[in-house]
Amino acid sequence: MRDEHQLRAKLRTLADGAATGLAVLATVLVVAPLVAIFVYLVYKGSVSLNWAFFTHNPVPVGEVGGGMANAIVGSAILLGVGSLIGIPIGIAGGIFLAEFGRGTKLANAIRFTADVLNGVPSIVMGIAVYSLVVVPQGHFSAFSGGVALGIMMIPTVCRTTEEMLLMVPHAVREAALALGVPNWRSVLSITVRTASAGIITGCMLAFARVAGETAPLIFTAFGNVGWSEKLSEPIAALPLQIYVYALSPYDEWHRLAWAGALVLIVLIVLAVSLVRYVTSRGVLKGAS
Amino acid sequence: MVIAQVPEIRFNQSQLLTEPDLPGERPSAQPAQQEASAIRSFLLARGNSAWADRGFHWLMVLCALSIFGIVVLIATELVARSRIAWGAFGLDFFYKAFIDTYTGKPMYWDPVNGHFSALPFLYGTLVSSFLALLLAVPLAIGVAVFLTEMCPGFLRAPLAFITELLAAIPSVIYGLWAVFVLVPLLREYINPALIKSFGWTGFFSNDNPTGLGFLTAGVILAIMILPIISSLTREVMTAVPSSQREAVLALGATRWEMIRMGVLRNARIGIVGAVILGLGRALGETMAVAMVIGNSPEIQRSLLANGSTMSAVIANEFAEASSDLHLSALMELGLALFIVTIIVNAIARMLVWMVTRGTPSSVH
Amino acid sequence: MGVGIEVANLNAWYGTNHTLQDIDLNIPANHATALIGPSGCGKSTFVRCLNRMHETNPIARVTGTVLIGGLDIYADAKPVEIRRRVGMVFQRPNPFPTMSIYDNVAAGLKLNGYSNHHVLDEIVEKSLKNSALWEEVKDDLKKKSGASLSGGQQQRLCIARALAVDPEVLLMDEPASALDPVSTSKIEDLIFQLKSQYTIVIVTHNMQQAARVAEKTGFFLNGRMVEFDSTHKIFTNPSDKRTEDYITGRFG
Repeated sequence: MRDEHQLRAKLRTLADGAATGLAVLATVLVVAPLVAIFVYLVYKGSVSLNWAFFTHNPVPVGEVGGGMANAIVGSAILLGVGSLIGIPIGIAGGIFLAEFGRGTKLANAIRFTADVLNGVPSIVMGIAVYSLVVVPQGHFSAFSGGVALGIMMIPTVCRTTEEMLLMVPHAVREAALALGVPNWRSVLSITVRTASAGIITGCMLAFARVAGETAPLIFTAFGNVGWSEKLSEPIAALPLQIYVYALSPYDEWHRLAWAGALVLIVLIVLAVSLVRYVTSRGVLKGAS
Repeated sequence: MVIAQVPEIRFNQSQLLTEPDLPGERPSAQPAQQEASAIRSFLLARGNSAWADRGFHWLMVLCALSIFGIVVLIATELVARSRIAWGAFGLDFFYKAFIDTYTGKPMYWDPVNGHFSALPFLYGTLVSSFLALLLAVPLAIGVAVFLTEMCPGFLRAPLAFITELLAAIPSVIYGLWAVFVLVPLLREYINPALIKSFGWTGFFSNDNPTGLGFLTAGVILAIMILPIISSLTREVMTAVPSSQREAVLALGATRWEMIRMGVLRNARIGIVGAVILGLGRALGETMAVAMVIGNSPEIQRSLLANGSTMSAVIANEFAEASSDLHLSALMELGLALFIVTIIVNAIARMLVWMVTRGTPSSVH
Repeated sequence: MGVGIEVANLNAWYGTNHTLQDIDLNIPANHATALIGPSGCGKSTFVRCLNRMHETNPIARVTGTVLIGGLDIYADAKPVEIRRRVGMVFQRPNPFPTMSIYDNVAAGLKLNGYSNHHVLDEIVEKSLKNSALWEEVKDDLKKKSGASLSGGQQQRLCIARALAVDPEVLLMDEPASALDPVSTSKIEDLIFQLKSQYTIVIVTHNMQQAARVAEKTGFFLNGRMVEFDSTHKIFTNPSDKRTEDYITGRFG
């Protein structure tokens, strides 16, 4: 009896140790390759990056040099159009969820749909926008690419806006209402303004997410080897260019792909760190 | 101040009390009093902005409803554009293949002769996604357990930050890394070892020297869905009230027993939700998979063989589809992907909500 | 100058909870009136009915009439219009956290579309002087945020914000209950000075406070108004046994 008891106690301690070991091992197994990816990326990117990358257009195969100036400008234009569509609609949707629809069935349904929409593959967004915009227009265009990115931003912006607005203390809303301020004014100038730091970082996060999207651009923005700023024409984009160059057989193009990846990553890391900094510091300083 | 004379709305004043007047400080100066009246009349003249409020309200409702609109638009467009393929193949599209009478072999995807079947892509999507889950789930849960229950405080924030960062890296960059690092690694070291020790199972055959294939896609997918599964698992685990942990510990349990009985058991529904959400990501993941799976519409038993997925074939062929039927077949694949991911995500969200609901993640 | 408030047959609910029952009350103009009673007795709900803040909660409901300066606020006006005439100070100081001190005070005017900077400057100064905060903040009006002030200063800032729109009535819902004794006495001095210009209704659970600042006092219990009379009478010779029990601390 006593022996059995001791044996069981020993087994339990053993199981405890084994579980701890496995959890640590899992963490190492996950973190090590992830860090490896990151370090490798930064290394390859930084040796590949040079000034020409930002100032030159791609050169034909076989020539050395060139850059992705057209893709950087293209990405900026696509993201600009996307933000113009996605950010206002997303913020307005978030305002509805937090300020008007709180607790209603409609708001719950919208919140749920937004979360589900967030999980719809970007490639599906791409072909949907292709048939909605590209087919009626008759050709690929920067505009259609922007629409695809904008639609993808809406659910993210909407949900973060809602979450940030919910953090604004009720007392602040009451103070505004008690001054006889019209509701729309109180929402925009008081509630949204109080949560603005959080909302802006939420928008940046959505921006960073779509900045790296490739799949929805393949049949909308399409890509362009030359310089284009027109919304009605196919346009180059950084992630598209990385995709094409990565699968090419030329070392020079591989180099450019790594450089492009580094530029994208730096943009994204900046956005994510900023979001983390702002949310950890408390979005609403001083508001209790 | 002239405006001071504007008549103020003063109706019948209640009579003042006859209480002894207490020594209150009188308003300091007369001009100030007049200024106030101007303000008062300005404010009284303002409308009640009922129209502006109503308009604003409806504008917000409209924008929120646009989320429904997007889903409906996507669905209707995909349905409309996949009609040709649906008319040509019907449900056969998803489970039958055209058998070439000359060679006797199945022709799954033949744009030249107009034979299209979703089978190899369904197969590829399922195989790569389940491989990814197989690799990612144990690791993700291990990481989540470590981070919530065992991790020393100083490590928690940086580790959580790293996982968060990885969730934000674009698919195409994972693909780039996979092409130049993962594929050679598998080709040179891992695959030969697998063939040597497990070749007899038939899952690892030695006929594809490229290093591309289902396994490669599964590995890169696993890396990509790890962060989301692990961060959601962490969320549901922290939602387990600490009283549950204490109750188990108070019975004399070891830490592992506490985690198993007090935490994992209570959080299991949410963890399943997190895993399903990860599955949803894996099913629809496009670029990285398209770059490493080999892109051939075949069904092979070997995990080292080339294959393709629904999203990968769309990415590869859509822009240069050879015929309307081809385009429509790709659209139908997209529609299937859309429906599947919506269902998978809806189930996952509901499971996660069931667990985290009622925790103060959003306090106002 | 303030106006009187006449309340007749006022009933209020939170969901199915009947929080105010048949309140009839005349509040005199340009005096301070205190409402006392144990917590949960409905006194806060009552003041929130006077500027229609009660109905901002979707499950809340009100019936009865409230005349402010003769205007029936439930029948003849929109909430926004009422709230511009009736200022309110809340239990916990609630300055707008992202606004400067200046903007906090000017908020009621700016957000209602008033833009004459010259006049705004004057009103901000006057309101801050009236709330006895001017000397403490005049040097960094636009530099510091409202949230950077101490609790007592924040509450005086909130009073200044309410005064800036020149209300006819000032409602105060336990304005000093979250403050330290020194800040509390400053707020009380302030009420004492302001009550000749505004009709002040102050909810308090502190009987000494009621006795110090108010001419009239109403005692609430379980959603009903038990007694309303001059403060002196309530505290020295109440006519209702329940009031006497509460005043002498025999319950609550």
